[in-house]
Amino acid sequence: MASVAAGYLPILLFLGVALVLSSVFVFSPMVAARFTGAHKPYADKLSEYECGFPAFEDSRAQFDVRFYLVAILFIIFDLEAAFLFPWAVSLGTIGIAGWAAMMIFLAELTLGFVYAWKKGALEWE
Amino acid sequence: MTEWFQGTLGYGFGWFVATLILILMIALPLMLSVAMIIYADRKIWAAMALRRGPNVVGPFGLLQSFADGLKVYLKETIIPSSANRGLFILAPILTFTVALIGWAVIPFGPKMVLADINVGLLYLLAVSSLSVYGVIIAGWASNSKYPFYSALRAAAQMVSYEVSVGFVLISVILWAGTFNLSGIIEAQRGHIFGFINGFGLNPLLFPMAVIFLISSMAETARAPFDLTEAESELVAGFQTEYSSMSFALFWLGEYGNVLLMCALNATLFWGGWLPPLDWGPLYAVPGIVWLFAKIFGFFFIFSWVKATVPRYRYDQLMRLGWKIFLPISLFWVFLVSGYLMVTRYGAFS
Repeated sequence: MASVAAGYLPILLFLGVALVLSSVFVFSPMVAARFTGAHKPYADKLSEYECGFPAFEDSRAQFDVRFYLVAILFIIFDLEAAFLFPWAVSLGTIGIAGWAAMMIFLAELTLGFVYAWKKGALEWE
Repeated sequence: MTEWFQGTLGYGFGWFVATLILILMIALPLMLSVAMIIYADRKIWAAMALRRGPNVVGPFGLLQSFADGLKVYLKETIIPSSANRGLFILAPILTFTVALIGWAVIPFGPKMVLADINVGLLYLLAVSSLSVYGVIIAGWASNSKYPFYSALRAAAQMVSYEVSVGFVLISVILWAGTFNLSGIIEAQRGHIFGFINGFGLNPLLFPMAVIFLISSMAETARAPFDLTEAESELVAGFQTEYSSMSFALFWLGEYGNVLLMCALNATLFWGGWLPPLDWGPLYAVPGIVWLFAKIFGFFFIFSWVKATVPRYRYDQLMRLGWKIFLPISLFWVFLVSGYLMVTRYGAFS
């Protein structure tokens, strides 16, 4: 098993390299701007952009509940996909019984999907 | 190469140095190709609009992206006073990091892969899901209305298309029988009539290849699905409050993701580093050349679509994802697995 885990070490190292690279990209211009004189913050520059007006209201405002619904539906279907992945690689060994069991599971989820559709959870007018 | 370094520097440290060099051999050319692909994108787009595109900096404007990069680098980094500073800085770092690390498992040729893990495709799915965090953190931390709305839209859009991408990947895994990307490429050798490489021309998988291509445009928020930064509605979307290299990192990350998606299209359906035909002389061309040709071919399609297709409305986008792609790809899981049960695994016989 050690060799399986060792396969992920390059990814860990890659993650480190990528983090360092992108941090350098973000932080070094801040330092450079101090030297070139580009760094001149003032209140109007630092206010949030709202087409030239001062912000009308707080941006942590209410938003459409449909975004929440989409997130919930996503969790259901992504979890379903997560169940399907191991099933898909082992289809040859689990045989007809394993296939049928997953098809029943898929049919049940399809029922839920049809219900959500009929309820109008997928409508964006 | 790893053995040579281990011989001279000792086992652990030699491995470290060799792997670091391999990572830089992926990351640095990747950043260079992102710069060049932005130039190519602008040139293709211009040509389709009968314009000339960038043609001043360097021969044929080839150095345009580098000039832009230098200009952006020398700008001031503005952090709005109402923003959540930590998250605001984290977002571009996260976006770019995630765009880079996906490449760790892409095979560039036979045995030419940094991390040949057995669940490579699952890893890619996980990493591409992470890219939504960069967007939503940027939108939230800006504490401004346009970025916030854009982040909501982007998150909903990305997760919607990820669902059908997941099911498309399952169809591919069913045929290949493995998560390993090198294994998936090997499974495509001579897939059609014994001499055409690639799942894409398989009549059962061709619709999945099309859905995957369109979904990859939606996943990376490319035109015609670029609602996250629809200029006419949301200024610059979640990047509105960003400036300097923090802004450029979103740009680089977006194109890095586009290239990764092109590479995935090529790898999963069109044979990856395999030549198009399973015919001896074609193998004389190195695999990496075939892979890059395919990646650029897909990128050309991305540019072509960007130049010619009008932007979707948000309700159309969600309808396409949830009401068209999801049922089709769900049904295709049933179809492909049933077909394989009958033909390959001998059920009902």
